[in-house]
Amino acid sequence: MIPGPFQFHRPQSVADAVKLLSTLGDEARPLAGGHSLVPMMKLRLATPEHLIDLHGIGSLKGIRREGDTLVIGAMTTQHELVASPEIAALVPIVKETSLQIADPQVRYRGTLGGNVANGDPGNDMPGLMMALGARYRLEGPDGARDVDAVDFYQGAYFTALEPGELLTEIAIPVPPSGHGYAYEKLKRKIGDYATAAAAVVLTLSAGKVATCRIGLTNLSETPLLAEDAAACVIGTTLDEATLAKAADLARAVMQPAADGRGPAEYRTHVGGIMVMRALKRAAAKAV
Amino acid sequence: MAKTHVTMRVNGSEVEGLVEPRTLLVHFIRENLALTGTHIGCETTHCGACTVDLDGMSVKSCTVFAVQAEGSEITTIEGIANADGTLSALQEGFRQMHGLQCGFCTPGMIVRAHRLLKENPTPSEEEIRFGIAGNLCRCTGYQNIVKAIQYAAAKINGTEFREAAE
Repeated sequence: MIPGPFQFHRPQSVADAVKLLSTLGDEARPLAGGHSLVPMMKLRLATPEHLIDLHGIGSLKGIRREGDTLVIGAMTTQHELVASPEIAALVPIVKETSLQIADPQVRYRGTLGGNVANGDPGNDMPGLMMALGARYRLEGPDGARDVDAVDFYQGAYFTALEPGELLTEIAIPVPPSGHGYAYEKLKRKIGDYATAAAAVVLTLSAGKVATCRIGLTNLSETPLLAEDAAACVIGTTLDEATLAKAADLARAVMQPAADGRGPAEYRTHVGGIMVMRALKRAAAKAV
Repeated sequence: MAKTHVTMRVNGSEVEGLVEPRTLLVHFIRENLALTGTHIGCETTHCGACTVDLDGMSVKSCTVFAVQAEGSEITTIEGIANADGTLSALQEGFRQMHGLQCGFCTPGMIVRAHRLLKENPTPSEEEIRFGIAGNLCRCTGYQNIVKAIQYAAAKINGTEFREAAE
């Protein structure tokens, strides 16, 4: 299978990439790792006339700490996230989640920016970024703006990105030391998208949950923040009744599609179970 | 569509060619360079038969454009044997441990295992299985592929290889 013809551009700076994107309009697509876009192009589900390869832009790579925030360049690959000592020390759930994306070859190429910007509800990072309270830097012809991950997703493949804008950085507030975390992903086989997945980041105080955020993957057209479920565990020891209540509150916001991964009822059911497992495992890790 | 001139190093030799932007790296390798050891399996980034080593990373060459490999250093299965032409430890392991049946997935498996052992010279069985998760084999059930990689790791490290009981 060979994609349709296109013109290839390899800008050396964000400014040049934005200029190309805004000049070429709808027919141009940025190319990050390409492991979502290229298969779509082979199937002719995507037929961009111009591809703007971001691999030439050095400033889009890397991980740096700015005070209480970890700033990750959009072209940082999942392999680099897995290998990063800073990620392992400060936001280990990003490493845990990266390792559950696809397979080694895909993780060498696949990028954090591509994963969060593409808008595919099956992608693992968007729900996690919601749980972490991350913010995205979008750069366009009229300058840069920041959008919270929770406000970024509007529908399957529809995001807050305006024409001509490029997602350049992901800023993650570093969770408090001693926080608990877990990304629980049910999948049919290794490398698959989630049948259902839940990201939990929480803190404990005197054995009770002090703060909690829950993100959900592939359980709606967009990633979800399960706010009521997270609120109901605050002040509890995560006893069985609370876990069951959290699962039900999370299920109330899920609207999964029926597909090869199962009917909607099944995916909603196991979605709740992922929430319970993630809460339990996160609490066991918290100190 | 206008063609672009690309140059890269493949198995230690400088190569060049004219490609359309849409030419996939695997097609450039197989058709322009006539290195047909790299296989095309699923064409949808699942099976790993087309795995090559690109600048120290295992990649599925059906999902990278040849123009993106400009200036890169690539190793394919044809570049895996020892310099004197004898089998590398991995190739020997696949042979000794019966790590292949039909052989279709083998080039991708070996090229992937090559990078895995560079990054982790003493992988556990679990690490091997996780490390080759992007390569599908429909014959062996993976057991002998895992053994082949264990054999190669032992040979490279100069340690004794003992076949695990099943």
